[in-house]
Amino acid sequence: MSHLFDVYLLEAVINGVLFGGLLALLSLGLNLVFGVIEVIWICYGELIMVGMYSIWWLFKVVGFPLPLAMLVGVLFVALLGAALHQFIIRPVLNADPINQLLVTGGVLFFLQAAATVVFGIEYRNIGVNLPSLSLGEISVSLTRIIGFVVAIAAIAVTYVFLSRTYVGTAIRAISQDRTVMPLMGVNPATIYLVTSAIGGALAALASCLLVLQYDMHPAIGLAFGPVLFIICILGGLGNLVGGFLAAFVIAQFISVGGYFFQSEWGYVIAFAFFILAIFIRPAGLFAKR
Amino acid sequence: MVKLGWIILAAVAVAPLLGIGNYPLHLMIVALIWSYIYTSWAIMGRLGLVSFGHCAFLGIGAYSVVLAWNTLGWSPWFGGIVGIVATLAVAFLIGWPCFRFKIVGHYFAVVTLACAEIVRLIIMALRDQTGGSLGITPKPALADGATMSLSAMQFSSKVIWFYIALCVWLAGLVVWRWVDRSMSRIALLAISEEEEAAASIGIDISRVKMAIMLLSAGMTAFGGMLYAQYQSYINPETVSSLTVSLQIVFGVIAGGMFVMLGPTVGAIFLLALSETLRVVIGSQLRGIDQLIYGAMLILFIIYMPKGILGELLERFQVKPSSAPSTVLLKTMKETDTHGT
Repeated sequence: MSHLFDVYLLEAVINGVLFGGLLALLSLGLNLVFGVIEVIWICYGELIMVGMYSIWWLFKVVGFPLPLAMLVGVLFVALLGAALHQFIIRPVLNADPINQLLVTGGVLFFLQAAATVVFGIEYRNIGVNLPSLSLGEISVSLTRIIGFVVAIAAIAVTYVFLSRTYVGTAIRAISQDRTVMPLMGVNPATIYLVTSAIGGALAALASCLLVLQYDMHPAIGLAFGPVLFIICILGGLGNLVGGFLAAFVIAQFISVGGYFFQSEWGYVIAFAFFILAIFIRPAGLFAKR
Repeated sequence: MVKLGWIILAAVAVAPLLGIGNYPLHLMIVALIWSYIYTSWAIMGRLGLVSFGHCAFLGIGAYSVVLAWNTLGWSPWFGGIVGIVATLAVAFLIGWPCFRFKIVGHYFAVVTLACAEIVRLIIMALRDQTGGSLGITPKPALADGATMSLSAMQFSSKVIWFYIALCVWLAGLVVWRWVDRSMSRIALLAISEEEEAAASIGIDISRVKMAIMLLSAGMTAFGGMLYAQYQSYINPETVSSLTVSLQIVFGVIAGGMFVMLGPTVGAIFLLALSETLRVVIGSQLRGIDQLIYGAMLILFIIYMPKGILGELLERFQVKPSSAPSTVLLKTMKETDTHGT
């Protein structure tokens, strides 16, 4: 009996690691945008939701092949991210931080309602099911493994982009010193716009993985949003490596907590851990002292 | 201005006696309850303590009275006290470390948001008791023919509810006034502007902030109870989700955070907006009203960050604020001429 217990626990841990990769990708865009523009996109979960619906619509209604649907979906949400910055964030860039936060809250309502108007409140899925891999008594869904691999690859590409390319270097420079960089010939307005587009693209990339695992509905963004905020804060807002590690910590709490109790309790434990951790290390788990 | 306010208040207070319909009366009650809740939020929000956790307090309040009544058979009077004590305990557990460790701004907002999620998830997880996302209804206590049960806080007449809501709303404004007038108000202003300076003149910042947060949380929990008893139906979506917290913050910003009646104006505005959109557009197209609502909120925050009432007052005050200074100049000149 105790043997069986351990195997299922191991399965929960493995699923937690896979889920962590997904959460790491989900929070990457949010974290990047905060690090560079210092605005929290409360509507980030809704961008993911829009990405999921665009892929579903292109694939199921228009009839694009799935990879093409995903590519167009990513480009669309990248544009949406840039538009969000240009038309909504830019006017409040010098306003109170709380107003910046709230204006994206307005976008949250707007996008949720837009999805309700266009697609209704029924649950939708793209109807693609991949088999599960079994290894002895442990079974892991193939979609989760693909999701994990793609997430890690995407994070690696983003990292290389930020550290090796000119634009990436400019993005990092702006986030470190936003008063000096304009003097060095880096135009902050362009960098903000590019960063927002990348943030949108990363959100939609996450949607590509989510459509394989979850049914979509207009309020699905609210299911992810709060978890992503606590991951970003836990890793230290704007700290990409910290956010990456925090995603795995939180995912482990959710997965193993959900194994011992109900899935809601897994989340409760994760949120409670977050609050405790913030009290002990206010600048994030991995901040340098 | 003040006189006009009293006239409006008197008109509102006698309105139910003049036999206005059930629907307008219902809208007035809901507006009063939310106005009170928004006011409770703004008591701490105006100090820069922007909380997304008020839906947690609202949820604890609402669910504790209903659960105490349904499962334990406790009167809402007693369940209410338990609910408020529980809310204060949660607010203390969250608030005290935040203020001690100087967790402010975005961080404070997200910590309170995490607290709100915990409460919502616990309500969902205890679905055997709370009904989960299906919600819960307090067991009816009114026997056939009876119109009210004071011990169960259930009234069949909306007029009674109206006067309860009116009194609670007025009490909320009195508390706001009282916080304004009491010494701690000066301390609070000092804190929100210059935290270090306030500390240096011997103000215990953490304690003042904590007191205000407890006050605000307790008031909000009471609002949740009132809402639950009046609507006699609650679910996690309507009292305890992130959208409720956002709604509260929006309403207050839309009305004006720094004026006493700002939250009230915001609540009335939001309610009027959503009801008008609902009635005009109807229900054949789900979500259109929410769509316009979201768009208007965005425009509001971009173009009118001081809120409706804040903006209006600022416009009206151009004259009064210049008047005293000219009076002062005159008297100075006069004393000058007298002197020579």
